[in-house]
Amino acid sequence: MMTEPDNPYDLLGDDHDDGHRWAFGTGFTDPLAGVDTTVPAGLDAAALARYCLALGDDALIYSHRLQQWVTRLPELEEETALANIALDLLGQARMLLARAGGILGRTEDELAFFRPEAEFRNVRLAEHEDRDFAELAGRLLVFSAWRLARFEVLAGAADPVLAAIAAKGVNELAYHRDYAAQWVVRLGDGTALSHARMERGLAAIWPLTSELFRPDPDAAALGPGLGPDFAAVEPGVFDGVIATVLAAAGLDRPPAAPLALVGGRAGRDGVHTEAMGYILAELQSVARAYPDATW
Amino acid sequence: MVTAPPARGPAPGDIVPGDAVPADTVPADTVPADAVPADTAAYGIAGSTPDPELPMLTVADLGILRDVAVTCDEVVVTITPTYSGCPAMREISADVSRRLARAGFGRVTVRTQLAPAWTSDWITADGRRKLAAAGIAPPSAARPRGGPVPLTLGLGPAVSPACPRCGSALTQRTAQFGATACKSLYRCDACGEPFEAVKPL
Repeated sequence: MMTEPDNPYDLLGDDHDDGHRWAFGTGFTDPLAGVDTTVPAGLDAAALARYCLALGDDALIYSHRLQQWVTRLPELEEETALANIALDLLGQARMLLARAGGILGRTEDELAFFRPEAEFRNVRLAEHEDRDFAELAGRLLVFSAWRLARFEVLAGAADPVLAAIAAKGVNELAYHRDYAAQWVVRLGDGTALSHARMERGLAAIWPLTSELFRPDPDAAALGPGLGPDFAAVEPGVFDGVIATVLAAAGLDRPPAAPLALVGGRAGRDGVHTEAMGYILAELQSVARAYPDATW
Repeated sequence: MVTAPPARGPAPGDIVPGDAVPADTVPADTVPADAVPADTAAYGIAGSTPDPELPMLTVADLGILRDVAVTCDEVVVTITPTYSGCPAMREISADVSRRLARAGFGRVTVRTQLAPAWTSDWITADGRRKLAAAGIAPPSAARPRGGPVPLTLGLGPAVSPACPRCGSALTQRTAQFGATACKSLYRCDACGEPFEAVKPL
């Protein structure tokens, strides 16, 4: 078959000298290749690694949940939207896991595919299984509004790598948050049925929101290294965004009680809901069955 | 408006545009002629690499080429990712290396630079013309950096891009996300045709 040397589609089939493959495990270049990953003096490197791992796990697990929706969404436009959002989050996850892994001496693949459930640090909101599109929209609004508020602050973090990942993420998360907010308004302010289903969706996910603002020992250890007013800014920004969206949607903030902790522990401590085991079984099965496979 | 990227390499106004130094005219396995400084030649070759998802644009048009540094035995190319998860970055990196190797540069290293984050404002005037000529509306100005990101509850942007086919300003967004991370979908109310637009980021 004729191939053109500069046609990128022809080049996809090349067996490059650098071992690149379109598969997990091998051939993915380090997303931080060439980035100076020295931890600045005065920062607690172990706490920084745990903190980046937590943010990376949130994105990895949430991305997987969104990927499961692809081919099951109500319209083609929503397919492309959620696939794109999942892709952005996967990109953020790769950089954050690479940042954590660089400090911990582990690769992003080891962290994603070969860690047991109890070592995953994502909040339980990320692993929640949405029952319908309204629940998906409500959960995406909460997750992206929270993550955007946090990344806006982290863009000023003392670690330049985390700051750069956050600054880049802000621009992507702004699109995710707008997309989710517009759907919450459209459904909440739509028909009686869409309003009722949006209300039910928010009620289902609301117990998972208080965990997002639990005190974080790693954030405390990093202190002002995470950016000025880290603890003070974020809940206020989040509450403001949620209030604006719910007001436009004609919805009330659900009065739901928080999902109980387990022995005082939750997602950040590796304690997850039943849903998490099923996600990891799917996410990790090929890598565990065929370690180091290439194709 | 095009904001010049704060590149450490040649500024966009200085670069050898597009194919001024086409890789194909440089014989393989030879060091580029002394008449063209190695830095400029390497910048031209790296910069004229096509983007795999927007092949009408080169990486220089896209504004992701931050720097090309040539030492006696190595070329170090620095690129900035567009979107965090953009799968084209790895292909671009491999293509840049291959083109430079074919032009006789022995050792090529492609490095990632995360900060400052890429913005669609860095797409050059030339790049914008090529996008429009290919039926893709170029991006409007990105939101200024810093400060809280305002929430947008309307179903479309304040200003819709003009139709790249008929030029009408009467267009509406049909989907915020498109076939690649960097594009949205629109429809022109005047000519009725759908079109893609590069998202402001």
